[in-house]
Amino acid sequence: MMGRETQAAAGHSAGFDEMHHAGACRAPYEIIRDWLEGLPPDFLLRKHAEAELLFRRIGVTFTVYSEGGDLERTIPFDIIPRVLDADEWAFLERGLRQRVRALNAFLVDIYNGREILRAGRIPQAPILLNASFRPEMQNFTPVHGAYTHVAGIDIVRLGPREFYVLEDNCRVPSGVSYMLENREAMTRLFPGLLGHHRVAPISHYPEELLDTLRSVAPPHCPGDPTVALLTPGIFNSAYYEHSFLADEMGIELVEGADLFIDDNIVFVRTTEGPRRVDVLYRRVDDDFLDPLTFRSDSTLGVPGLFGAYRAGNVTLANAVGTSIADDKSIYPYVPEMVRFYLGEEPLLANVPTFDCGRAEDFSYVLSHLEDLVVKEARGSGGYGMLVGPQASAAERETFAARLRARPGDYIAQPTLALSTCPTYVESGIAPRHVDLRPFVLVGKKIHIVPGGLTRVALREGSLVVNSSQGGGTKDTWVLETRC
Amino acid sequence: MRLRVHHETNYSYDSPVVATYQMLRLTPRAHDGQRVISWRVQTTHGHDLPSFIDGFGNIVHCHALNRRHKEAKILAIGEVETFAGDGIVRGAAEPMPPLFFLRNTALTMPDRAVETFAREVAGQLPPLAALHALMGTIRARIAYRTGVTDAATTAAEVLEKGCGVCQDHSHLFIAAARVLGIPARYVGGYFWPAADAEPYNAAHAWAEAFIDDLGWVSFDSTNGVCPTESHIRASVGLDYLGAAPVRGVRLGGASETLSVTVMVASIDQ
Repeated sequence: MMGRETQAAAGHSAGFDEMHHAGACRAPYEIIRDWLEGLPPDFLLRKHAEAELLFRRIGVTFTVYSEGGDLERTIPFDIIPRVLDADEWAFLERGLRQRVRALNAFLVDIYNGREILRAGRIPQAPILLNASFRPEMQNFTPVHGAYTHVAGIDIVRLGPREFYVLEDNCRVPSGVSYMLENREAMTRLFPGLLGHHRVAPISHYPEELLDTLRSVAPPHCPGDPTVALLTPGIFNSAYYEHSFLADEMGIELVEGADLFIDDNIVFVRTTEGPRRVDVLYRRVDDDFLDPLTFRSDSTLGVPGLFGAYRAGNVTLANAVGTSIADDKSIYPYVPEMVRFYLGEEPLLANVPTFDCGRAEDFSYVLSHLEDLVVKEARGSGGYGMLVGPQASAAERETFAARLRARPGDYIAQPTLALSTCPTYVESGIAPRHVDLRPFVLVGKKIHIVPGGLTRVALREGSLVVNSSQGGGTKDTWVLETRC
Repeated sequence: MRLRVHHETNYSYDSPVVATYQMLRLTPRAHDGQRVISWRVQTTHGHDLPSFIDGFGNIVHCHALNRRHKEAKILAIGEVETFAGDGIVRGAAEPMPPLFFLRNTALTMPDRAVETFAREVAGQLPPLAALHALMGTIRARIAYRTGVTDAATTAAEVLEKGCGVCQDHSHLFIAAARVLGIPARYVGGYFWPAADAEPYNAAHAWAEAFIDDLGWVSFDSTNGVCPTESHIRASVGLDYLGAAPVRGVRLGGASETLSVTVMVASIDQ
C-alpha cells in the first residue's frame, strides 16, 4: 500500500460534523446557528422552493450521461452554507499552493529530463506506458512552467484538523460556475446575510481567470493577447459553464470549426474577418484537439493546432499532457513530488491508495471489497465505481469479475467517513456528507479564490457527492475573521 | 555513399477543396550513419513552411492551404551522405527513453495469433538472434504485395493476410518485438536498392528494436537486412501514424487522386 503518511485516515468510523462537535456548536458555525434559530417557521421550505426556481430561470443545467438521452437537469442547491474560518482556509490555501506547484513541476520534469524517474522516486513504467503520458509534449515547457492553469483539487475532511486530498483534477476541472452561481443565489435569496458576516468575496474569479490566461500569452504573441474559450459544443455536459465563463470574462466562445490555422498561427473567423488568437482556454480533451496529431477522426478540434502550439504561437490552457498528473495510478506519488521538487513535507495528505495493478495490493482489495471504494484509474465523474459498504453482495461479485479481468485499470481506497454539514432535506435540517473542490489558478502567479465548490451527498448516509450520482452543492463561506 | 532523393506527392481533386492541412515528417536529421548535405521541403504554399521538432525528435513541417484548390503538391528534395555500419543507430536525437517504445498503438496491438507467432519464432533465442529470426520469418511469410493493405491495416491483419508492403512488415515486426518485451519503433525514410537492382519507387519504412548493451538496432524485414548505407532515416514513431511522411485533412473535395514519385539515386559515380 502506498501513501504511508496517511494511515490515520483508515481508522475513522463516524463522520466529523463541521457544525456540531463534542457536544457544542463549533465557532465558525455560530453565525449559522443564530441565523437558523431566528428564522420563522416554513421560511426554509419557501426559500428552498425559491432557490429551485431561481436556478431553473438562470438555466444552470448539467447533463447526466448515465440516464440516457440528453437529459438536462439542475443540480440541487442546498440553502445552508458551509463555513470555513480564516485559519482553516489559510491552512488549506498553503497546502493547495504547495500541491499545485509540485504537480506543475512534475509535469515540466516528466516531459523534459524526467529527473524524478532517474532518481527512482517514481517507477518508470507507470508513467511511460500510461496512455495519459503524451510523447507529443516531450521537450516542451509551457510559459511559466504552467501545465495545469486551472486545477480543481478535491478535498475531504475527516476531523477538525484533518484534510485529505481525494483527487487532483488537473486536465479540465469543471464546476466553478456552480461555485459562482451558488454565491449569487445566496445573495439574492438572503439579502444582507453575507454582508453581516464578513464572508470573503468570490465574484472576481472570472477576472482572475482572465488575468491568469493573459499572463501565459505565448512567446510569439504580438501584443495584447486575445483569449478565447474553446468548447466541444452544446452537447457537452459542461456547455453551460463554458458559455457562462466566456460571458463573464468577456471573451469569445468558439468551437473548433470557428478556428483555423494559417502559417502556423491560430485565427478565429469573425464578421470583420480573421482575428489572431493567442490563448485558448480549451475545454476540449487532448484526444480531440487536433486530428493531425491526436485522434484522426475528431471534428471538435482544429487541424494543425498542435503545430502552432509547439511553435509558441498559441497557448493552450490547460496544457496538453496534463492528465498524467491526475491519473489515479499516479496520485499515490503526489506527496513524493512535493518532497522531490519543493524539498518540503506535504501539508495536505493523500488518502491511502491500493493499486490493483500490484499483486499484493490486488489480493488485499479482492478480500476487502466490502470496506473499500474501488475506482477506475482513468475514469471520472463517479461512473464505474464501487462503494463496497453500500453495495450488495451480488454487486460486489459483478465488480470483482471486472477487477479480475483488468486489475491494472483500478485503484481502491478505504471508505472515508467524510465530514458532514447541516443540510436542508425533506425531514428538516440534517447532517449530510460533503467534499470541497477549490479552484487553483496558475499563470505567472498562483491565485485561489477563497473557498470552492462544496458538493453534498443528499441521500442519508451516502458518501458519493458527484452530481452525476445525485449529489448537490452548497455555497462555501470563508470567513475573513478567525474564530 | 551520397544519395540524392526526389520525393514528390501530388493530389488532384474532382471538385475544389476548400482547405488542406498537413503535417510533414519528411526531413532526415543527422546521426552517425548519415549526414544531411542539403534538404528542402516545399508545397503549393509557395514559401518556407513553418516547422517544429516533435517529441520524438522529428522535424515536422506544418502546411496550411486556406484557399480553394483542385491540386496540391509536396516536394522533398535533398542529398544525404550515408555511411556503412553495423545497423546500430548511434548519435541520433533520442528524447524518449527505450522503455516508452513498449507501448502499443491501435496499429501494433497484438492479437493471440501475433503473440503466438512472436513466441514461436523467438523460441529460447537471446534478443538479438530472436529479432533476426523475426525479420527473416516475416520476409519469408509476408509476401511483398501492393494494393492489398492500406494505412489503417494493423499488425494482426497483416499476419492473417500474409502479404503487404514495408509498412505492414514493420508493424508486424514491431508488434512481435514488443510481445517479447523488446522496445521497438517505426522508422520512415528512403531506400536505395543498389545500382543494378530494380529501382524502388516508394518511400520506405523499417523498424528499430532496442537491445541493452547495443542500443537501437535497425531491421528491414522487407529486404531482410539491417539497414546501413542504403537507407536514409527521416522519421521515427510508435507506428506509421506517428511517423507518417504526410498526415493531413482536407475540407471539401469529392474524390482524390494521389500520385507519389520517389527517386533515390547514388551520385558517387
